[in-house]
Amino acid sequence: MAEKEFEGHNHMLKNLGIDIGAHDQLMQGLQPMFREVFLSQKNRPKAMSYFDFRMSEIHGCRIRELSEHKEKGGKVIGAFCLYVPEEIVLAAGGMMVGLCAGADIGGPEAEQYLPRNICPLIRSSLGMKLSRLCPYFELADLVVGETTCDGKKKAWEIFQDLIPLHVMHLPAMKGTKAQELWLEEMIKFKEKVEEITGNEIDAAGLKEAIARVNRRRAILKRLNETRKISPTPISGKDALLVTQLGFSDDIEQFLEGAETLRQELEQRVRNSQGAIDAAMPRLMVSGCPMVLPNWKIHHIVETNGGAVVCEEACTGQRYFRDPVEESDGKLDNQLRVLSDRYLKLDCACFTPNDDRINNIIDLAQQYRVDGVIYNILQFCTTYAVEFYRVEKALKGIGVPVLRVETDYSQEDIGPLTNRLEAFLEMIRKTH
Amino acid sequence: MLVAGCDVGSTSGKVVILQDGKIVAHSIVPNDPLSDVTAKNAMEKALKGKNVTMNDINLTIGTGYGRVDIPFAKKIVTEIACHGKGAFWNNNKARTVIDIGGQDAKVIKIDKHGVVKDFVLNDKCAAGTGKFLETMARILDVKLEEMGKISLKAKEIVEISSQCSVFAESEVISLIAEKKDPIDILAGINHSVANRLVSMLYRIGIEEDVVISGGVAKNIGVVKMIEDKIKTKIPTYTTDPQLFGALGAALFAQQELGG
Repeated sequence: MAEKEFEGHNHMLKNLGIDIGAHDQLMQGLQPMFREVFLSQKNRPKAMSYFDFRMSEIHGCRIRELSEHKEKGGKVIGAFCLYVPEEIVLAAGGMMVGLCAGADIGGPEAEQYLPRNICPLIRSSLGMKLSRLCPYFELADLVVGETTCDGKKKAWEIFQDLIPLHVMHLPAMKGTKAQELWLEEMIKFKEKVEEITGNEIDAAGLKEAIARVNRRRAILKRLNETRKISPTPISGKDALLVTQLGFSDDIEQFLEGAETLRQELEQRVRNSQGAIDAAMPRLMVSGCPMVLPNWKIHHIVETNGGAVVCEEACTGQRYFRDPVEESDGKLDNQLRVLSDRYLKLDCACFTPNDDRINNIIDLAQQYRVDGVIYNILQFCTTYAVEFYRVEKALKGIGVPVLRVETDYSQEDIGPLTNRLEAFLEMIRKTH
Repeated sequence: MLVAGCDVGSTSGKVVILQDGKIVAHSIVPNDPLSDVTAKNAMEKALKGKNVTMNDINLTIGTGYGRVDIPFAKKIVTEIACHGKGAFWNNNKARTVIDIGGQDAKVIKIDKHGVVKDFVLNDKCAAGTGKFLETMARILDVKLEEMGKISLKAKEIVEISSQCSVFAESEVISLIAEKKDPIDILAGINHSVANRLVSMLYRIGIEEDVVISGGVAKNIGVVKMIEDKIKTKIPTYTTDPQLFGALGAALFAQQELGG
């Protein structure tokens, strides 16, 4: 990045209220990490350059684009979770972004408010806000929370004093009553977004928004399909990065970058050209979300002779698996269709959650994985408890599974590497 | 054919040298802050007084937490596979291997060829490991290697409720102040380690024979308590259980060379 441009970004970030000194430190740490994790990979698809660029500009160009959108009167809405319907935001002329929550930053600040034993994602999100390091937080005209887990539910009560907040009530069980409740929440959210943006949402606008988000889902789904092939044409790390960037990037630019990548990957498949040797064991990482810049497990696996070919996570299949049915119907009907689609998501916060178990088995077979790494963010009760049934189901079809529990710190890299290496040794034998 | 295994763990370095499938030399040395120094010390000690030198060894495989820093190891294998292999060499009916090392505890399941089928390890924390016992031995002023034997004389088991070494330390100090018999406290400490391991055993499922390796295998108190809980006899072998990891690495080296 040119020096001048960098200074320009800093000026912009400062105006947003970002703590420039600490932010510079964060970015200086991120650059060598990105080089080590991504740029050092061999046989990378050329089309990854778009995503490398967008990553390097995640607190630069992208913030500028969003600022320009705001200068023209547009609104930015931030969220943490897949249950928040982006379509509604887009239909009202707004932009939605995923908020920073993936780095071990702002811990001491966050711990003034939060207990020590809380999941790293919640701790990081509050830490980012309190230490003024996430420009997305500062840009957001509204942050949307949801009642997915106990930690988040209670954290919103703290967040509400720091930012304009809207919380969506997600039921804990599925069924007709839940559908009604969730539809009601969808309508309330629509009204809130209309109030913030000053724009009324109509059937045509929502239809167009649904189609736009579906296009992103479709391209991600298609990209990921190529990973079913051996050798996989793209590393797990790169595929994860693409998905992660989907949460912050501009949809149209993202679609263009992803389309170029799709063509290259499909060409690679035709030429049997792999990013990772076909002899390496194929792994699925299943469990908690891996939010930027959390690449910990993928990086350890892929530097120790494994290939991650599937993510069963919110930053993976769950993000793009189910499109929203596109219809010409009235607004009421469209909202119902939208609401039903979102309620189909199989987050571990639901009980019972057989859909997730079935999906995992299905993915393990479709992606022909040799093993599953079950990834639990420390203190994430729902995913940790659900492991029991996931393990049982996977063992039932003869797929070995390793449970790892970790956070964003680097202190457990040694033991974590050790068990991942041992797991790879173990599945290589039966490979 | 001469092969070696070198296991640099969190608290000690171990070397086993095999000649045509027989252990001809071995060593255990305390850790140096630098893993490569620990490895060299262990190798030197093993070779001392023997008729062979480093150059005579056809292949050395490294294992343990310091495995990447062993200068003379041509290959590395994780200690999970090595402990499984080492235990299987001692008893080919072994299917479940408990390994309690300096900073981790694990249970490994192996198949009828000694190959790892499944395993569980303790997470981040060092509760229920050698480090925990070391800290407790220091407070109670007993030798680490005598903790097991002494604890067998206990009249009752004083329960230690903290799993964390730091909190358990203050708990034990209060128990001493309450004039509890130190022997009973020792039994409580061993009991706490045994409990951790038993829950890991239950998680993964117990399949006989059960074998125990690692430094803590020498603590008869812990071993007996595990035996009582799982109602299964854990046999002992002539090979020092602390050497199972290095032995496994040496066996991998032998296998690598076609032996």
